[in-house]
Amino acid sequence: MENLQETMETGAEERVMVHGDQKSKKFQIPDPIVEVNDANLYYGRKQALKSIYMDIPKNKATAFIGPSGCGKSTLLRCFNRLNDLVDSARVEGEILIDGEDIYDPSVDITQLRKKVGMVFQKSNPFPKSIYENVAYGARISGEKRKSVLDEVVEKSLKGAALWDEVHDRLHDSALGISGGQMQRLCIARAIAVEPNILLMDEPCSALDPIATGKIEDLITELKENYTIVIVTHNMQQASRVSDYTAFMYLGELIEYDTTETIFLNPKFKQTEDYVSGKFG
Amino acid sequence: MNKFWKSGDPFIWLTGVALMFSLLMIAGLMYLITAKGLGFFWPSNLTEIKLKDGSALLGEITGHESVKAHDPDGQEMTIERTQLKIGNRDLYGLDFRWVDDNNIENTSYPQYAVALERREWGNMYGFIKQISEGGNVLCTGNESCWAVLESQIPVYSGIYEEIKGIEKGVIGGINREIEHLRLEIRGEQMGSGRQDRIKELEAEIKEQEARYQEQEEKLTALYAEFDKEKIVMTSVDGRDKEMPLGNIVRAYRPNSMSWFQKAGLYASKLWEFVSDEPREANTEGGVFPAIFGTILMVMIMSVVVLPFGVLAALYLREYAKQGTLVRIVRICVNNLAGVPSIVFGVFAVGFFIYGMGSTLDSIFFKEALPNPTFGTGGILWASLTLALLTVPVVIVATEEGLAAVPKEIRDGSLALGATKFETTWKIVIPSAMPAILTGLILAIARATGEVAPLMITGVVKLAPHLPVDGYFPYLHLERKFMHLGFHIYDVGFQSPNVEAAKPMVFATALLLILIVVVLNLTAIITRNRLRKKYTTSAV
Repeated sequence: MENLQETMETGAEERVMVHGDQKSKKFQIPDPIVEVNDANLYYGRKQALKSIYMDIPKNKATAFIGPSGCGKSTLLRCFNRLNDLVDSARVEGEILIDGEDIYDPSVDITQLRKKVGMVFQKSNPFPKSIYENVAYGARISGEKRKSVLDEVVEKSLKGAALWDEVHDRLHDSALGISGGQMQRLCIARAIAVEPNILLMDEPCSALDPIATGKIEDLITELKENYTIVIVTHNMQQASRVSDYTAFMYLGELIEYDTTETIFLNPKFKQTEDYVSGKFG
Repeated sequence: MNKFWKSGDPFIWLTGVALMFSLLMIAGLMYLITAKGLGFFWPSNLTEIKLKDGSALLGEITGHESVKAHDPDGQEMTIERTQLKIGNRDLYGLDFRWVDDNNIENTSYPQYAVALERREWGNMYGFIKQISEGGNVLCTGNESCWAVLESQIPVYSGIYEEIKGIEKGVIGGINREIEHLRLEIRGEQMGSGRQDRIKELEAEIKEQEARYQEQEEKLTALYAEFDKEKIVMTSVDGRDKEMPLGNIVRAYRPNSMSWFQKAGLYASKLWEFVSDEPREANTEGGVFPAIFGTILMVMIMSVVVLPFGVLAALYLREYAKQGTLVRIVRICVNNLAGVPSIVFGVFAVGFFIYGMGSTLDSIFFKEALPNPTFGTGGILWASLTLALLTVPVVIVATEEGLAAVPKEIRDGSLALGATKFETTWKIVIPSAMPAILTGLILAIARATGEVAPLMITGVVKLAPHLPVDGYFPYLHLERKFMHLGFHIYDVGFQSPNVEAAKPMVFATALLLILIVVVLNLTAIITRNRLRKKYTTSAV
């Protein structure tokens, strides 16, 4: 095991030596909504992201894959600055969303987070009613009119394909529905604030195959209107739902290309080993 | 053998036995208090005991015991003896008497024996001789006088209520008004010194004093009415005692009452206990002012302790940078919960009463000085002392509740664009609410039972007024008040008539326990409702 780890690490170093100039290797995408240029993230003295260059296309699904601890969730959390909550975290480089540097001191984080929604690994509905969960974002934006809230709730629940299942018990506790429904509720809650980008951090890891299938269908639908960035451990899932896939390892972006290329014709051996299941 | 120990069975037995012991002790305590406390109100039969020396006693049997003694030859022997409540303190000087069972000739339950509860001198047991009005004998003998007595007692109770109403209500109001005017004059003299205004106020005082005279005359008339009819009672040993009918609160003949009549009387006595004011140095009557004081004090304390405790816990858990300093603060808070309560009392006397109270007096109540208004014990200071005493409990419980709110939920809220404040206010605090209420329950339980610090911060054995009344500002936070816990101490250990007060101690203790239970139940029910609403995810 240790041997394998060592081999992998030497492999990574080799690759850095060979492809030292990351910027020139940046995978070009025509109309990017997110642009990451030389992003580095440190937890205290430990570097968790190493010089990431990456463009994320608009209204497509992009998947981040890689073994645990490779930094894919960390990178995802950079996009809505949720890493700010970790005291020791420090970000260098620039991350542009719609051409605007989100780490600029003048950026209003709450506005950013309204624009960049997020769905978490563990479904985290608030201990409130289903209705209040979905209406939460609108309420904190100051919306008080009941008719507007009703509309938002209905639209979002329909958007998350949950309306038919819960429309007759909107005012029941959100903690009384099934795990899959909870995760879709969290998606409904996220799209209720009408974000442009939806970040999904392993949204199906705690769900059974049927619930997972529903969420994957939903992702395919949501792509029409939202840019989706999904972190997953499940290679099949990445190949099913995403248009682009990024493979990360030990804080570095190893390879980023269309999903087809990554899974069928990867440039690097590490990528091939990972997607074919030789390690990870 | 080794296997037997390893199996863990003995341990299960040990834990079971420990639990059983605890429950038994609690059950025993509750049984003792309930039996002694509730039995007190039952109108027991009046027993007439003829002794071998020819004398006779009449009263309620209140106890029986066997004592070891030595006979004249030095032989050890056991004596059975009976305790009798013989009442008639004005005749005998003592309410209770022990009778050696060997000296009893016979016992009987005379049908006409009457028990009188009086406003003064405690109970009287005896037989009715006659009732007279201004020298005219209205009736004689047990049978005919009983009817008169029964019809007249409610009349006199009415007059008594009227007298109390005038004394406390009307005259109390006039006195308050005069005091108010006097203070205003004082204020004028100290300040601007406008003579015309002072004259005006003095005229008003004159007016009030005239009103006072009027009421005083009314009172005199009522008192004369009150003393008009007199009853003569004969005690069992043949002594006569005359007293005004107005002095009688309640009369009954337990020996000729059915069980249902007794039950009715029992209920009315019980009601009197919880709804009436105390009589006879707190040994008779009710404890209503003490119940009121206890509950009001706990309520004021809750109103103070809850926001303070929750805010402090919020800062410690949500905003402060977790580190050595916060850990030290947390340890200090925990230790504060273990400081003896009297220490808090002493601190309160120094800080609240002499510090804050005196300052308030010198700013807002200058006219009344040197009489202190807030510069002496009062319900506000007592409540604040208890709030101080219980704030660590609330902080610790709230902190635990806040720590238990999952990070995912907070992140979820923040990811929707909520600020930290919105997340705390709308998500974290509601989720921690059951824990916060648990803290409040513990605080209430501790505060209700606390007596020591109150004794020096505002509790008195007899408060002339309730802290809430119909006069502006309705809630009088500076007033001294009565408290059930202190009442138990006072009645049981400071009373001149300890034997008579004993049942009152149990009854009051029972009531105090009941109040703690009721306050706790309210909080527990609220908490469970909330908990149901915020059940945490099972996923």
